[in-house]
Amino acid sequence: MTKEPASHAYAKNLAFRRKKARVFKYMCFAASMFGLVFLFCLFYNIFSNGLSYVSWDFITHFPSRFPHKAGIQSAIWGSIWLMGLTAIFSIPVGVGASVYLEEFAPKNTFIKIIEINISNLAGVPSVVYGLLGLAIFVRWIGLGRSIVSGALTMSLLILPIIIIASREAIKTVPDSLRYAALALGATKWQMVRGHVLPSAMPGIMTGIILSISRAIGETAPLLVIGALGFVPFNPKGPMDSFTVLPIQIFNWASRPQIEFHKLAATGIIVLLVVLLMMNSIAIFLRYKFQSRK
Amino acid sequence: MEVENRKIINEQVSRIRSEMKEDVAVEGLPIMLSKDLSLHYGDFHAVKGATIPVYPQTVTAVIGPSGCGKSSYLRCFNRMNDYIKNVKIDGTIYLHDQDIYDASVDPVSLRRKIGMVFQKPNPFPKSIYQNIAWAPTINGMSDRMDERVEKALTKAALWDEVKDKLHQSGLSLSGGQQQRLCIARTIAMEPEVILMDEPCSALDPISTGRIEDLIFELKKKYSIMIVTHNMQQAARISDFTVFMYQGDVIEYGPTDRIFTRPEKKQTEDYVRGKFG
Ligand SMILES: Nc1ncnc2c1ncn2[C@@H]1O[C@H](COP(=O)(O)OP(=O)(O)OP(=O)(O)O)[C@@H](O)[C@H]1O
Ligand SMILES: [Mg+2]
Repeated sequence: MTKEPASHAYAKNLAFRRKKARVFKYMCFAASMFGLVFLFCLFYNIFSNGLSYVSWDFITHFPSRFPHKAGIQSAIWGSIWLMGLTAIFSIPVGVGASVYLEEFAPKNTFIKIIEINISNLAGVPSVVYGLLGLAIFVRWIGLGRSIVSGALTMSLLILPIIIIASREAIKTVPDSLRYAALALGATKWQMVRGHVLPSAMPGIMTGIILSISRAIGETAPLLVIGALGFVPFNPKGPMDSFTVLPIQIFNWASRPQIEFHKLAATGIIVLLVVLLMMNSIAIFLRYKFQSRK
Repeated sequence: MEVENRKIINEQVSRIRSEMKEDVAVEGLPIMLSKDLSLHYGDFHAVKGATIPVYPQTVTAVIGPSGCGKSSYLRCFNRMNDYIKNVKIDGTIYLHDQDIYDASVDPVSLRRKIGMVFQKPNPFPKSIYQNIAWAPTINGMSDRMDERVEKALTKAALWDEVKDKLHQSGLSLSGGQQQRLCIARTIAMEPEVILMDEPCSALDPISTGRIEDLIFELKKKYSIMIVTHNMQQAARISDFTVFMYQGDVIEYGPTDRIFTRPEKKQTEDYVRGKFG
């Protein structure tokens, strides 16, 4: 007899719990749609404006005062130069630092301070890095408003991200592998070189690609160190002045003529294609990494 | 220095032998001897002064209930504890007449002579061939590698099963095969002593049987120290047995005596299966 009311209360409660779960599900669904809808609007806007200018000429021409002649070649080459140099500067330093912190560093207060600071640096606004680059690389070292200055600044910007991602990747390598190598008479460096880095490589690569694609889209620090908006030639060396895709886009978007706004949209399409390509490589690597494990 | 060490070893060995009362089948000096070896993890005393010889071409089994310090003790023999934080080791271990905790000893080259097989098979995520070849390569023994790989795999009783797929991943093998691959990898370095920490605990009875047969073969050439939870296994394969309890070595002696006529009450209770 006493069982009846209890199970009744339970059933009522269950119905309420179910309802709550359903409401919550729809709220979450709405939240995820919110982002998607805006992304879609953005895409629509960009493609409806920019698609008409997509052509081979757009990619191979230099910027021009006349919208129909204007192209984005120098910005593409500027971006390639900048990314290449940024990768050369940031990958060895970033991976080296993460290997040191994960495998060699003693666990003392000094190292803890370094670790906390790296996490904090990842959150510093990019324009601050621009100011730093302007003060140190452009003025103090005297590299001028060159690609090298830009690449060094970008390297500082993405180093914390590379270090954090690489450390996470190195952490996923099981200790049993390290012990196996050490017990065979390997030095710590041989252990890292032979087993830890190869096993962590897909994760490290993913981090590197994602942070470099972040750098491709960055504008603020480069504006601060003085990348130009109008560069009618390709950079021939690391000391040349330069422009990059987002700056070229910014430049076009800030002109009064409507045609240039359309060019800006076309530039965004080019930038998006580049970013999507890099992200797919990152996803592919992560997938390969997970399926192997 | 070495002369002095030899004197200490001689003293310890004759003391241990006289304590054991009956004759020990092996002659001569042990290849390794741990003397009053103590290990602390921070404040926790995990191994409390262990004095044990390891004789050449014998199997010494370490038994005892879970958490009594067997693995910790075993790791002292190839200095793997160097990589664990907060470990303090007192007393010492000799390899022949060399104190392995002496400042002049390089633990990296020590581990070349004292191999280790772990509880869970841990092959490298590389090909079977690479698993064997890696350690000799980094230690500068890369001449006639094919021969070395074949020899190691043959000795580990794995050659026939893998000879047609040497370039497949070591991870594609079964658990028992993986463990034999790990043993082969260790043998390829031609160590003098092989330490094994519960090498069969992750394996089925058939794979376990094969590894036991293998240990029997290996002891013709190497000295083996093996930690095991399996009393029958210890009785089957070992010549000497160490019984540990809460960090203390309670009893050391020839295996048949430990299992048939243990001197200490705790040993008797443990080998009769009364606790553990
Ligand atoms: N890295 C460590 N830090 C602190 N304490 C540890 C560490 N490793 C082991 N211990 C402790 O030392 C004691 C002995 O551990 P050990 O692993 O040597 O036992 P064991 O005899 O091998 O046990 P099992 O049979 O379960 O493997 C345990 O109480 C354990 O909690
Ligand atoms: Mg253990």
